[in-house]
Amino acid sequence: MININIKKTLHGVNGAMSLDIDLSIKQGEFIALTGPSGSGKTTLLRVLAGLEVAEGEIEVNKSFWLKNNKSIKAQKRSIGFMHQENALFPNMSILQNLLFVINDLELALRLLSLTGLTKLQDSYPKTLSGGQKQRVSLCRAMMRKPDILLLDEPLSALDAKMRTQLQSEILALHKEFNTTTIMVSHEPSEIYKLSTRTIVLENGHIIKDGKTQEVLLKSQGSQKFSFEGELLELKEVDVIIIAIVAIGQQIVEVVVSKKEALDLKVGQRVILGTKAFAPTILHPSL
Amino acid sequence: MFEPFYISFKLASITVLILFLISLPLSWYLSQTKSKIKPFIEALTALPIVLPPSVLGFYILVALSQNSPLGAFFKDTFDISLVFNFTSLVIASCFYSLPFMVQPLQSGFESLNKNMLEASYLCGKSKLQTILFVALPNIKPALITAVIITFAHTVGEFGVVLMVGGSIPGETKVASVAIYEMVEIMDYKGAHIYSAIMLGMSFIVLLSVYTFNAKHKRKFGL
Repeated sequence: MININIKKTLHGVNGAMSLDIDLSIKQGEFIALTGPSGSGKTTLLRVLAGLEVAEGEIEVNKSFWLKNNKSIKAQKRSIGFMHQENALFPNMSILQNLLFVINDLELALRLLSLTGLTKLQDSYPKTLSGGQKQRVSLCRAMMRKPDILLLDEPLSALDAKMRTQLQSEILALHKEFNTTTIMVSHEPSEIYKLSTRTIVLENGHIIKDGKTQEVLLKSQGSQKFSFEGELLELKEVDVIIIAIVAIGQQIVEVVVSKKEALDLKVGQRVILGTKAFAPTILHPSL
Repeated sequence: MFEPFYISFKLASITVLILFLISLPLSWYLSQTKSKIKPFIEALTALPIVLPPSVLGFYILVALSQNSPLGAFFKDTFDISLVFNFTSLVIASCFYSLPFMVQPLQSGFESLNKNMLEASYLCGKSKLQTILFVALPNIKPALITAVIITFAHTVGEFGVVLMVGGSIPGETKVASVAIYEMVEIMDYKGAHIYSAIMLGMSFIVLLSVYTFNAKHKRKFGL
């Protein structure tokens, strides 16, 4: 059982903001932490890891990591932490990176084989791809068999295919070691696949907390297809106007009328939706 | 005949060793701190680069002479004089070459990825372990630069040495001072030989630093 009750003043891009979190987490939960950038997700993770100070209490399995302004050092906390990128030690081989944590060869080799890295154990980080580096980073985070595994947008720098592979590995290790995992993520699909519980932060406060399916479907799902994108260009072709919109990795052309085009500005966020293929009956009061 | 070179090298080796031990914590502190006093410490450390060696030599002489509290203390307690001997050369060289050790190490440490250092702490490693096993091995070019340039700079010093150490043969007469004296007595042959040796060595030292750094960059991409 993990109880977190912390306060901290942050100085973000939008001026001062107070991070105020009161949270209980059960052993073995996989929590997704999401919300707009600057909402305090990473700070919460760093406070848990002991990389930043805060007021309040952090209790993990009946021992206090933070209480009465007394904080246990990051080194003494049972934490596995995975950074977004660039956290491997370039001077050590992959195996040495793992053994640097704890000299447990058996565990290191088991982790490497679970993530398919056995062949690369003597390579150096420089020769690895982004996905392989993050795998090593994940294995290294598990070397201490941590009570809590903290993942700070671990896959955001990877391409979609690599991300999918690593997602299943993260889930596999989470189950194998029965650890409690907290992951910062912006990807609804990633959150849906991995987590059992989702917490949404905004301006330093928890605004939603519940089962992942409920939180995601309520906030983002609907029967209509709609995608958010960025308007890149408005091209006039004869009598019509073509809007070029970027949605994720795709660039889409949409025909708009001259009248519609008047309201659009290049660079703005737009929502592309289909008008109903099949008629839908709406409740009269809506 | 080559005793002044021997003294120069002995002096440079000892200076490098002492300065490395002093500069390691100092440069680490400077690279990690956000304190307001950082610029003051940085300015103080960099002073020997801009000060005329005579100014530095003068102050060191004043501070270490038997009329100063420090000099008097060493004279009374250990019966050691701190000026015009080899010890005074070491002390003066440590001041004179300090920035050449601190600055490369500091910029090396500053170039390290913060995530990597945090990762080391999160692996349960102390600051000292992190410095020794993660930070230092990953700034090898800066480390080599610091050590070699400090060594070469100490061998090349002249003004401070002359003021603080004088020119006592076999004790404080280093190569650069020897050359000065040879020119004074118009022993151009000796001056030529000594100068050629200094020139050749300095070039080889610098060449090896640059070659090593280029190789290291290719190998580890640091």
